[in-house]
Order: sequence, then structure tokens, then C-alpha cells
Amino acid sequence: MGDHSHGDPNTSGTVATAGQGQVEKFQDPGLPPHRPRLADKDPRAEKRAERQVAILFAVSIIGTLLFFVGYFAIRLDESTAISTLRLQNMLLGLGTAFAMLGIGVGIVHWAKTLMPDHEVAEERHEVRPEEDRQVAEKMIGQILDESGIKRRPLIRNTLLGAGVLAILPAIGIFRDLSKNINPDVLRHTMWDEGVRLARDPEGTPIRAADVTIGSAFHVIPEGLNDLHEGKLNEKAKAVVLLMRLNPEDLQVSPGREDWNYNGIVAYSKICTHVGCPVALYEQQTHHLLCPCHQSTFDLTQECKVIFGPAAHPLPQLPITVDSEGYLVARSDFQSPVGPSFWERG
Amino acid sequence: MSSTSAPDTYTPKTRVGRIANFVDSRTGGSAMVKEFGRKIFPDHWSFMFGEVALYSFVILLLSGTFLTFFFDPSMAETHYDGSYVPLKGVEMSVAYASSLDISFDIRGGLFMRQVHHWAALLFVAAMSVHMLRVFFTGAFRRPRELNWVVGGVLLILGMAAGFTGYSLPDDLLSGNGLRIIDGVIKSIPLVGTYISFFLFGGEFPGTAIIGRLYVLHILLVPAIILLMIALHMFMLVVHKHTQYPGPGRTETNVVGYPVGPVYAAKAGGFFFIVFGVIAVIAGLFTINPIWNYGPYDPSPVSAGTQPDWYIGFVDGALRLMPGVIGEFPFEYVIFGRTLTLNVLLPALGPAGILFTLLFAWPWIERWVTRDDREHHLLDRPRNAPTRTAIGVAGFVWYAVMWAAAGSDLIATHFLVSLNDVTYWLRALFFLGPIVAYIVTKRICLSLQRKDREIALHGRETGRIVRLPHGEFIEVHEPLDDYHQYRLVNFESPEVLPAQPDANGRIGRTEKLRGRLSRLFFEDRVAPVTPAELEAAHAHGHPAVEEAAESRTSEVSRH
Repeated sequence: MGDHSHGDPNTSGTVATAGQGQVEKFQDPGLPPHRPRLADKDPRAEKRAERQVAILFAVSIIGTLLFFVGYFAIRLDESTAISTLRLQNMLLGLGTAFAMLGIGVGIVHWAKTLMPDHEVAEERHEVRPEEDRQVAEKMIGQILDESGIKRRPLIRNTLLGAGVLAILPAIGIFRDLSKNINPDVLRHTMWDEGVRLARDPEGTPIRAADVTIGSAFHVIPEGLNDLHEGKLNEKAKAVVLLMRLNPEDLQVSPGREDWNYNGIVAYSKICTHVGCPVALYEQQTHHLLCPCHQSTFDLTQECKVIFGPAAHPLPQLPITVDSEGYLVARSDFQSPVGPSFWERG
Repeated sequence: MSSTSAPDTYTPKTRVGRIANFVDSRTGGSAMVKEFGRKIFPDHWSFMFGEVALYSFVILLLSGTFLTFFFDPSMAETHYDGSYVPLKGVEMSVAYASSLDISFDIRGGLFMRQVHHWAALLFVAAMSVHMLRVFFTGAFRRPRELNWVVGGVLLILGMAAGFTGYSLPDDLLSGNGLRIIDGVIKSIPLVGTYISFFLFGGEFPGTAIIGRLYVLHILLVPAIILLMIALHMFMLVVHKHTQYPGPGRTETNVVGYPVGPVYAAKAGGFFFIVFGVIAVIAGLFTINPIWNYGPYDPSPVSAGTQPDWYIGFVDGALRLMPGVIGEFPFEYVIFGRTLTLNVLLPALGPAGILFTLLFAWPWIERWVTRDDREHHLLDRPRNAPTRTAIGVAGFVWYAVMWAAAGSDLIATHFLVSLNDVTYWLRALFFLGPIVAYIVTKRICLSLQRKDREIALHGRETGRIVRLPHGEFIEVHEPLDDYHQYRLVNFESPEVLPAQPDANGRIGRTEKLRGRLSRLFFEDRVAPVTPAELEAAHAHGHPAVEEAAESRTSEVSRH
């Protein structure tokens, strides 16, 4: 040992131990001497730097011209190919870039090579000098005293009360940000007894016979496309995935025996996590996967969550066929679709 | 009286001089020049991140103003009739149609959209890196605690501005983002459903949200950001800038270049450089090609979509949280009310913890160290090993969540199981910060020891010399005074054990403080003292005079 190099805190001698008091400090050698730059010593280097700065500013001028070439030489209309648009975007971008970088790099180069580079020291000032504090304290005391707010609690308290109350209308006036705040609307969708299942987005009804084993349909309620008001609101709750499995693959819980039709099942497409469409169907494993946060639902177990952040199954839409062989809903969903909310229960 | 006319005795000679004098004598411009004209700013590359943030905000204002002239935030339904043929006749909102028009029918519109989006990403990135710089160098210490808080508020506002803007084009991607926000809001106990209704003007998506986000995005949020920037700059002037320690730099001075002309030229030129770099990126790299996604429709979604990077850590946390462990779901029904912890915890938990710690950190450190002095000299990160380790641990925690937002892309790009990626990231969520803390602290201490070594024995030259008696040694070159001073001039606080109060008792919080102080400063490498240097030169280290060198080289035995 005897080596001072490792500075191990457990070996004495290398580390100042607690309670040793003020450790002697090194002398501050002061600012390092100024090292002259090339342009400080050599007039030719100075001239060269000057030319370089001017060239950079000229580059900026060329950049601006390039911008206008891109702007005026290319017109946009219906026949414009996306590649032409990209070309214009590139010319505008490079033109602006040269225009800006020419100026910017030029100025910085100017500052670094030609302006003085002596570092200067300046004293800091106290953020709050004590005499200022005393003056301010005295002033505030005088202000409070002259206003009389301390001597007249009646005035102070009524003002406080009035002030607090006066804020309330400013909050209350926002009540009509939403006319309807009844959470019950979240429990109901367009689905009802006898509403046909239709293809999304065409809106054509689906026959049970069209749904072969292994196939999947994106489904909306028939009539959704005819809505004029609130179509997206209804669609955001009513979209359904329709799939057909071998009936023996399905585990059906008591009370849901007649919710599927010959292995055709319909489930809400809105993820019970935070509401993305559960758009991916893995045909082989019978899993439904949400592409946003990867919640995975097992179709054979009534869409139980088997992976990911969702906490409850996708609601099932009870279905059957009508007299013409079209798939119809037996009722609305039996539980609210989509993400949970406080009042869901 | 006559005394008031005394200042007017000055008569300028030139026309410019007359105009300047007119303004000056009515606004007091001379005093401003006197105060700021030669104000000193220290120079360091790491001080530029704040500038990048400021300049990208200016670029955001410029490009954003252009976009408002053409964007229409209406959610009324229309049929697209612009230049982009694949979407012709498609039913969509006016907002989306006008976003397409900006891209395809307004010359330079696409460029401005891309400048705006890239500048927004850079704005938040620059603020984040700036805050990391401030944290790791200890620039948040007294008197700058409040400016650190203002900076944190600016970071949150930047994210808010970004998110409200991201949602405006009303394309499929932004609509899905809003859907997720709606799901998160609905998970808030008691008031969540109502907040969602008030925000959307009824049920999701409604027809009000784009207009409301627009007002937030172009009026309210930028106005508050501007106010905060003004406050930030004001405090910067009051405090003067911090500086790195070094020869000639003390707690009572500030060493650097005067504003006029050098600093103003460098900082002003740098604005154009930032603008130029953003323009290159915006010209060459497509961002958010909204025409590929189509209008918002609650039914379709495209796989592999990502939020803007700064929202990524929240989205990643949402993905990491398991909804069900075994048969135990994180969603409970209590008295007929639903508590959705599987959404609430990850959405608000990590962000809440990160920002609470971030805001509170200056006070936490002040409490643990009992150091209430003003600090204008920065710490080198290695010289504050525990703070650096905690910062890196927090950074790693954030990075794990951020990586989780791309779990599906990690799985598809590296051909690994998505589930495994999630399981690994869940483990890293807990283990990553701990490992990062330990490793960082050890690295810092090692670097400090290396500094000690160099300060005591000089720089390794790589020259091997054979001594007359056959021993091989490496020649070490001693440092000059200035480099030496850089390595030895730092503070290394020691453990401050729990102190008894006035009644001679040690309270519970004081005990905790004592324990934290031990955690902070138990492992420490003290700076070299002059006596130690003396000793190192004196014994056991024969100095060899190098014939080829004019300077004395010090040689150490190994």
C-alpha cells in the first residue's frame, strides 16, 4: 500500500475525515491567460475569416432564392403527384435551411473569429440586500397602516367574503359546457331487439349463412348510416366484432346459452381499457388484441382478459336470426361498453 | 422650471442620432443599455439547450400563426373536395378537410405543418435536456429554486401545448389519442365522468372538442407559456447565470463574454441555426402524414401507431400495468361505484411521482444537506455522486416507460414475443432505477478517484522508461496550475448526523434526515489537498528529469 492514488474512502490518509475542520484549499490561479487566435496574429487569417463570413451570408441569399424557385416553379392542383409535393416541400425546406444556416453560422463564425474573445469577470450582486428588505418592510407596514385593513376587521372580512363569492359565478358559468351530464347515456347503445347486424362501413345487413367458420366481420347496427345527428357518438359505442367459431370451442356461461347463433358470436369492439377499437383478431388462437395497449381477450372464454391492461371482458351482444335469415340483436348490451367509469357499477 | 430643461442641452448631429435621442429621452433607453449592454454571460455548450427551447418556441409561434390563417377547427361534416384524389368525396370534418388543404392546396402549407410539428418535438426535447443539465449540475440550488419550478411548469405546459395541437387535425390517429384521453379521464373517481362530459360537450366524440382544444392550443396555453418564459428570463437576469467551476471563477463573480457584441452575436446567430436545422428536418423528413390515416372513425385503428414522444412515457405506463393478475382484477366495485385502478394508477401515478419529486427536489436536497447557501458555481455531476445517481435512476425509470410505449414495435422489429417484451419491461420498471442508481454512483466515485489520481500524479503520457536498475515505469506529466485547479476545486460535503433539537431530542424527521445524509455522503472521495499533493511529490515517487522535456515530468511507481 502506501499508495495515495485510489482514494478509497475506507483508508485513512486519502480522505478528509469528518470533524477535521477546514481543509486547506488550493490557491486560485486566476483566469487562464488569453490565447490569441489565428486571426488575432495573422492579418491574412483575419482577411480569410472575413471572406468566410461574407460567403456564408451569400449562401443565405442563395437559399432564399432556392425557396422562391420551389415556391413559384411548382404549382399545386389536382394533377399534382405526391412526389411533386414532396419535391416542393424539400426545396422550401432546403431553401429556408440555407437561408437561416447561412446567416446563423455566418454570425457565429464572425463572433468566434473576429470579435474579441477575452473573458471578462463581473461581480455578482446580492439578490436582496438587507437595507432593501428593511425599507420594503417599513413601506409595506405603512401601506397596510394607511389602508387601515388591520384596524377595520369588518371591512376586511366582508371584502374577503365578497371576493370568495364573486369567484363562484366565474366557475358556475361553465356549467353548460355540456348540457347533458347524465352518465346513464353511457349504458345504452343503438342496439335493441331486432336491430340487424350490418357491415361496417357499408351498412348492408349480414346473413347468418354468410358467416363461415373462422371469418370475422366489422359490424355496425343497421340504420347507423342514416343518422344525421350524433352518428359518430352512436358509432363510438355500437361497433361490434362478429366471428364464427366451432360451437364446441366456446365456453358458454349459464344465462348466455342463447346469445350466440350456431357458434356465431358478437362482442363490443371498444376496448374496456381506455376505448381503442379492438381491431386485431387472431384466427388460430381465437384471441382479440387491442393495438393501442395490447389488451388481449380470449374469444373462447367469453372475451376474458388474458393479457394486458384491461380489467374486464368485452361485453357480448346477444344475437339470433330473424325470419329472413339475417343476424339481429336480441337486446342491447347487458353491461356498458368501453372504458370503465365511476358510475358504471 | 429651468432645471427640467437641463438634460435637453444634448443635441445630436445626425438624423439617426436625433431619432435615437427622441426615443431615449422618452423611454430611458440609455439606462437599459447601461444595464444590459455589457452584461456578462458565461459560455458553455451545455447552456445552449435552454436557448434551443426558447428559439423553437419562437419558431412555433411563427409557423403556428401561419397555420391559423388556413385551419378551420369546425367538426361540421363535409365531403372532401381538395387536391388529394384518394380521399375525394369522403365524409369528414371541416377540421380534417382544412388540414388536408393546408397540406395539398396551400403552397408551403405542408412545409409549415412539418416545421410546426418538428419544432414542437424539439421544444419539449430541448426543455427536457435543459432540465437534466440544470439538475445534474445543481443549478437549481439557492437562489434558483423558484426558477427551477417555473421551468418544470414550462415543461408541463409544453406537453399540454403539444397534446392539444396533436388532436386538432381530427384524423384517425389524433381521434384515437382523444379516445384514450377520454378513457383515462373517465377512470378518475367521483368526477371523471363529468369532466369527460364537460370536455367533450357530452358523449365522446361529440362536435365540440376540436374547437375547444383549438382555443386552448392557440390562445390559453401559449399565453401562459409566454408569461412563464418572461418570468424565467426575469429571474435569470436577477440571479445572473451560473458558471462551471474553474480557475478565476468564484461564487461572487461571473466570467464570460459581454452581451454586446459577442454574446448577442452568438446567441442571435444560434436562433438562425436552430431555425435552419428545423427547416432541414421539415424539408426532408415527413412527419404525421395525416392523409394516410383518413378521417376519425371510432371503428378502425392502425397497428403500430405512436403518440408524440413526450406523451410516450404515460402511454407506456398504461401498457405496462396489468389489468388482471391471476384471477385478481385491478378494478373494483365498491358500493356500486367503479374504481379503475388499472387505468388510474399508470396514467396519473408515474407522472405524478416524477413531477412531484422534480418540483420538490431543491427543497429535499436543501433539507438533507442543511445547505442554505447561495450557489453560483455548478457541480460537475461526478462530484455530486448521489444526486447524479438519483437523477439517472429517475431518467431510467422514465426511459423504461417510454420504451414500453413502443413495446409492439420492439416485438415486431426484433422478432420477439410482445408478451415477453412487456414482462421484461415490467421487471425493469422496478429493477432498472435501482441498478441505475448503484451503477451511476459507483461510476461517479470512480471518476472522482481518477481525478484524484491525475491531480496527485499527473497525466499518463504512455511513455515507458527503463530506469538504470532495470525497472520499467510510465512517465506521468504533471498538470499545469489551471488544470490542477479544475480537478481539486470542488466541495465534498460530509455526513451530517441527526442533530438534537433545542430540547436535546432527536425527532423522527431529523432521524430520517440523518439517514438520508448518510445515504448521500457516506461514500465520498475528498478533493486533493495541497498537503496531499506535497506528500505525493515528496515520498516514494522519484522525480525523473527528462532530457528531452524542458518541463519536469513526474514519475510514479506502479
